[in-house]
Amino acid sequence: MSALADVLAHVGARMGEMHSRRGWLLLAVFALLIAVVVPAVAPAYLVPLLGKFLCYGMAALAMDLLWGYAGILSLGHALFFALGGYGMGMYLMRSMAGEGVYRSELPDFMVFLDWHKLPWYWHGFQSFGFAVTMLLVAPGLLALVFGWLTFRSRIKGVYLSIVTQALTYAAMLLFFQNATGFGGNNGLTDFKRILGWPLQAPQTKTILYVASAIALVGTYLLCRFVVTSKLGRVLRALRDAELKTRFCGYESTNYKLFVWVLSAMLCALAGALYVPQVGIINPSEMQPSNSIEMAIWVAVGGRGTLTGALLGAWLVNGGKSWLTAAFPSAWLYALGGLFVLVTLFLPKGIVGAGGPLVEWLAKRRAQAAAPPPVAEPVKQEGT
Amino acid sequence: MSVAESTAPPEEIEPPLGQHGSEEGPHPTTVAPPIMLWAENLTVSFDGFKALDDVTLLLDRGELRCIIGPNGAGKTTLMDVITGKTRPSEGSVYLESRLQNLTQMSECQIAELGIGRKFQRPTVFQGHSVFENCELALKGAKGVFHSLFARLSKADRERIEEVLETIGLADLRNRQAGLLAHGQKQWLEIGMLLAQNPKVLFIDEPVAGMTQPEMERTAELFRSLAGKHTVVVVEHDMEFVRSIARKVTVLHEGRVLAEGPMDVIQKNERVIEVYLGT
Repeated sequence: MSALADVLAHVGARMGEMHSRRGWLLLAVFALLIAVVVPAVAPAYLVPLLGKFLCYGMAALAMDLLWGYAGILSLGHALFFALGGYGMGMYLMRSMAGEGVYRSELPDFMVFLDWHKLPWYWHGFQSFGFAVTMLLVAPGLLALVFGWLTFRSRIKGVYLSIVTQALTYAAMLLFFQNATGFGGNNGLTDFKRILGWPLQAPQTKTILYVASAIALVGTYLLCRFVVTSKLGRVLRALRDAELKTRFCGYESTNYKLFVWVLSAMLCALAGALYVPQVGIINPSEMQPSNSIEMAIWVAVGGRGTLTGALLGAWLVNGGKSWLTAAFPSAWLYALGGLFVLVTLFLPKGIVGAGGPLVEWLAKRRAQAAAPPPVAEPVKQEGT
Repeated sequence: MSVAESTAPPEEIEPPLGQHGSEEGPHPTTVAPPIMLWAENLTVSFDGFKALDDVTLLLDRGELRCIIGPNGAGKTTLMDVITGKTRPSEGSVYLESRLQNLTQMSECQIAELGIGRKFQRPTVFQGHSVFENCELALKGAKGVFHSLFARLSKADRERIEEVLETIGLADLRNRQAGLLAHGQKQWLEIGMLLAQNPKVLFIDEPVAGMTQPEMERTAELFRSLAGKHTVVVVEHDMEFVRSIARKVTVLHEGRVLAEGPMDVIQKNERVIEVYLGT
C-alpha cells in the first residue's frame, strides 16, 4: 500500500511541477471547450477547417518543443507531417480497394500507371492498426537516422536548418515521381471512409475533429511533461550552452536525438489526423515554404512557451484563411510583414511579450494592496 | 621538492611512475598511489604549429597546482586535451590508475570519470536558476530516459544545499543565473564543478574581473578545496597565484619551462626572462 502511496505522491508532485492548480483548471476548461463545446455549436461546414487548425496546433507544439526548448530550428518538419499524412492516406486508399474508378484491388493511380502488383511497402496498410503504427514508426526512423548523422557530426544552427530544408525538398521531388509509388504529383485522394465510417458524413467529421482535439490535448500534456522534467532542463541548457552541458556529463547528441525524434513523430501524428479531414495528401505538403510557415507560427506565438505555439498557429492560420478569401494576393505580403514585425518588436512572440505585462500588472496590484516597501536592503556578498 | 629539480629543464622531468616519495604525498598512509593524474608527453599541432610540445604534467592527490605562462603558452590547450575537447597528436592522459587512456574518450565520458572544468569566461546556464544549475551539474546518471523521469532525492538536495553554502549563494538559490554579478557567476560555476564531485578540477582564470574582496574569498575557497579535490588553477594574476600556490608549473611556447614551489619559481631566471620580468 505504501508503494502505491509513493507512486501517487510522485505523480502528484510531478503534476504540480507541470502546472499550478489554476493552470490545470484552465487546461481542463480549454480541453472541454475545444473537444465538446466547439463541435456542439460550430456549423458543420466549419468543423473540418477547425479540425485542420487543431492539427496545425499539434505540429506547432512539436516544433516548439524542438526549437523553443532545444534550440534546434528544423525547416523540414512539414516532411514528417506529410509522411504521417501519407501513412494515413495509404490506409484510406487500401481500405477502399475495389471501389475506385477502375474497380481494381489496386489504388486507381497504380492502375493508371499500368501496375499489376502492389509495391512491397504498401502491404499491410489495409489494417488500420498497422497503418497507424507505421505512420509513426517510419517518420520516427527517418528522423532517427537523419538526426544521428547530423547531430553526431555536430551540425547545428543555420547549417542544420539548411540541411533539413534540403531534406524536405529532396523528399518532395522524390514523391513527385510516379515511380516512387505514392501517386506522384496528385498524391492520394478520393478517400471513401475511415474504419467503415463514410468520410463525407458530418458525424464522421465531428468524430475526426474530436479525435484531433483529444490528440492535441495529449500532445500538449506530453510536451509539458517533457519540458518540466529534468530532461527539459537539460534541453534548455543545451540550447544555451551546449559545450558546458557536455562537460556536465550529458551526451548532447542523445538528448537532441530524443527530442528530434519525438517532435517528428508528433508532427506525423498531426499529419495523420489532418489528411482524412482535408481529403487529400500530395507532395506539395512537403514544399519548403510549409516548413518555414511552421517556424513562423512558433515565432509569432512565442518560442519556448507551448501555449504560444498554439496561439501562433491559430492566429497565423486564421489570418491566412480570412485573407486568402478576402484579398487572395495579399497573404504572402502579410505573412512576410508579420514575420518582420514580430522579429523586430516581439522577439519573444506574443506570449513572451505577455509575460512581462502580467508581471507588471501583478506588481502594480501588489503595490496598490500593500504600502510601498522600504528600499530593499542591499545584499552584501555572502561571506 | 628540491630547487634543482624544480629548475630542471623539462626534458629531465621525473619519470611518470615511482620515485614520487610517499612521504611527500598528502596522504602518506593511504595505499592509493599518490599521483592523481598523469598527462604525459602531450603534443598538439595545428597545421605544423605546436601548441603543445611534449608537455608532461603530474598531479598529486589533493594538490593545489597553479599553471602560469604568457599568452599562447598552451595553458588552455593543455586543459582542452585533458578534458577531451582536443585530441593530442601524441601523448596520453591517465586518471587515478593507468588503465584507461583519456585521450580516446569524449568530453562527457571524461567528465563522468571525475575531471571537472571551469571555463575562462563564466559559463553558467543563464536561463536556469542557481539551484537548477547545481542540479544539472550534480553527479549521477545522465542518460536521456533517466532524465525524463528523474527526481531529486533527499541526499541530492542536501548535496546541492551544501554546495550552495560553500560558494555562498544559498540565499540566491532561486535567482536566475543570468542575473548574478560577475563574481557570483564564477562561484556558481565552481559550485557546479563541486556538485559534480570531481577528482580533479581545472579552473581557468577564475579571478579575471573580480574585485579584491571577491578575489580573497575565491583564494580562501580554493585553499579549502585542496586536500578534498585535486585543483589546478590557470591564472594570469600573479598576486592571486602567490596567495594560493604551493606548486607552480610555468608553460612557455608549448613547453614546460619550470616547475616547483612559488618562491623558487619566482627566482628562476628563465621564468623571469619570459614572464615575470616584465
